[in-house]
Amino acid sequence: MEEIAADKRINIKGFVCPYTFVKAKLAIESLEVGQVLEILLDSEEASRNIPKSMEDHGQKMLKNEKINDTDWILVVRKERE
Amino acid sequence: MMDFTDDQLQRYSRHIILPEVGGKGQAKIAGAKVFIVGAGGLGCPVGYYLTAAGVGTIALVDNDSVEMSNLQRQIAHSVNTIGMPKVESAKRTFEALNPDVRVIAMQRRLSKDDILDLIRDYDVVVDGSDNFPTRYLVNDACVMAGKPLVSGAILRFEGQVTTIVPHDGPCYRCLFEEPPPAGLVPSCQEAGVLGVLPGVIGALQATEVLKLILGKGEVLKGELLIYNALKTEFRKVKVPRNPSCPLCGEHRTITELVDYNEGYCSMP
Ligand SMILES: [Zn+2]
Repeated sequence: MEEIAADKRINIKGFVCPYTFVKAKLAIESLEVGQVLEILLDSEEASRNIPKSMEDHGQKMLKNEKINDTDWILVVRKERE
Repeated sequence: MMDFTDDQLQRYSRHIILPEVGGKGQAKIAGAKVFIVGAGGLGCPVGYYLTAAGVGTIALVDNDSVEMSNLQRQIAHSVNTIGMPKVESAKRTFEALNPDVRVIAMQRRLSKDDILDLIRDYDVVVDGSDNFPTRYLVNDACVMAGKPLVSGAILRFEGQVTTIVPHDGPCYRCLFEEPPPAGLVPSCQEAGVLGVLPGVIGALQATEVLKLILGKGEVLKGELLIYNALKTEFRKVKVPRNPSCPLCGEHRTITELVDYNEGYCSMP
C-alpha cells in the first residue's frame, strides 16, 4: 500500500465524540490547503464519524484503516479552508 | 491559532465544529470587544448569550438599579440582586456563566461628552436602551466613530432589530431624522411589554453581533426586522440610505453630538 507522508500527526486516543472531531478539525485548520493530517484514535464511533464530517466540510479522506484490536489511523488531506 | 484549554474545547465544541466558526472563528469571538448600552430587557439576553459564546470583553452601561418589576423580563437579575446596580448584578450573572469573559460594568448615563471615548476601543455597539435620547445619541456616536451598531427596540408585543453599518448602510436618522416629541410616545410603564419579547429580540441582536465578529452570513443592513409576538410573525422592511440624512447624507448638518431633553420613559 502506498504510504502518504503526513504534515501533522495527532493522537486522540481516549477522546470520544464530539471532542474527537473538535481535535481533528482544529488540527486541519492549522494546516495549509494540500497538506495531510494523520489521526490515531481508538473510538470506533469516531472512526466512522470523523471521515463523514471531514468530507461534509470539503476535506479529502485518503485512508481509514484499523491497525490493531483497538486503534484506527485516518489520513485526511486539507482541500479547503 | 488560539490554544484552547480542555475546558474551552468542551465549552465551545459546538461552535468549533461549525464550518462557519471553527477554531479561527472562536478565536475571533474571544478577541472581540462588545459595548452594550442598557442592562435591562434587551441588554440582559444580549450580554448573556454573548458571554456564553465567549466574547472576550463585554462592557455594560446602565445607570439604574434592579427593581422587583424588572424581573418579569430582565433575566440577568434576581431577587438576590434587588437594589444592586443593574450592571453589577448582570456582571455577577455573566461571570458565573463564563469566567473567560471580562465584563466591564459602568454604572452611569451616557452623555455627548463621553460616549465617543467610551466606545473607542470596542468592535461592535449594541443598543438595548429604552428611550429616544439615548437611541439617537448612540446612533450618532456610532456613525461618527464608524462603529457597527446593532439596534433593538420593544413595546407591548412588538419588537424591531436592525444593524447599522455606518456609511455603508442607512443609520437611524435615515429613517427618522429627529426623535419624536416627548409625550407623543407611550411610556413603557403605560404600554407594557410581554416579558419574553426582549428575549426574542435580544437573541436576534446577539446573533447579529456574532455574525459581525465572524464576518459570516448577512446582517440586517438596510433592513428593519419586525417581530409581532401576538401573530408570531416576522416581517423585513427594506430601509434605503437617505441621501439627505442630516447625519450620514451628502450634506451633513449634524456634526456634533446632541443630548436631547429627557421626558421619555426611562424605565428599561
Ligand atoms: Zn443616516
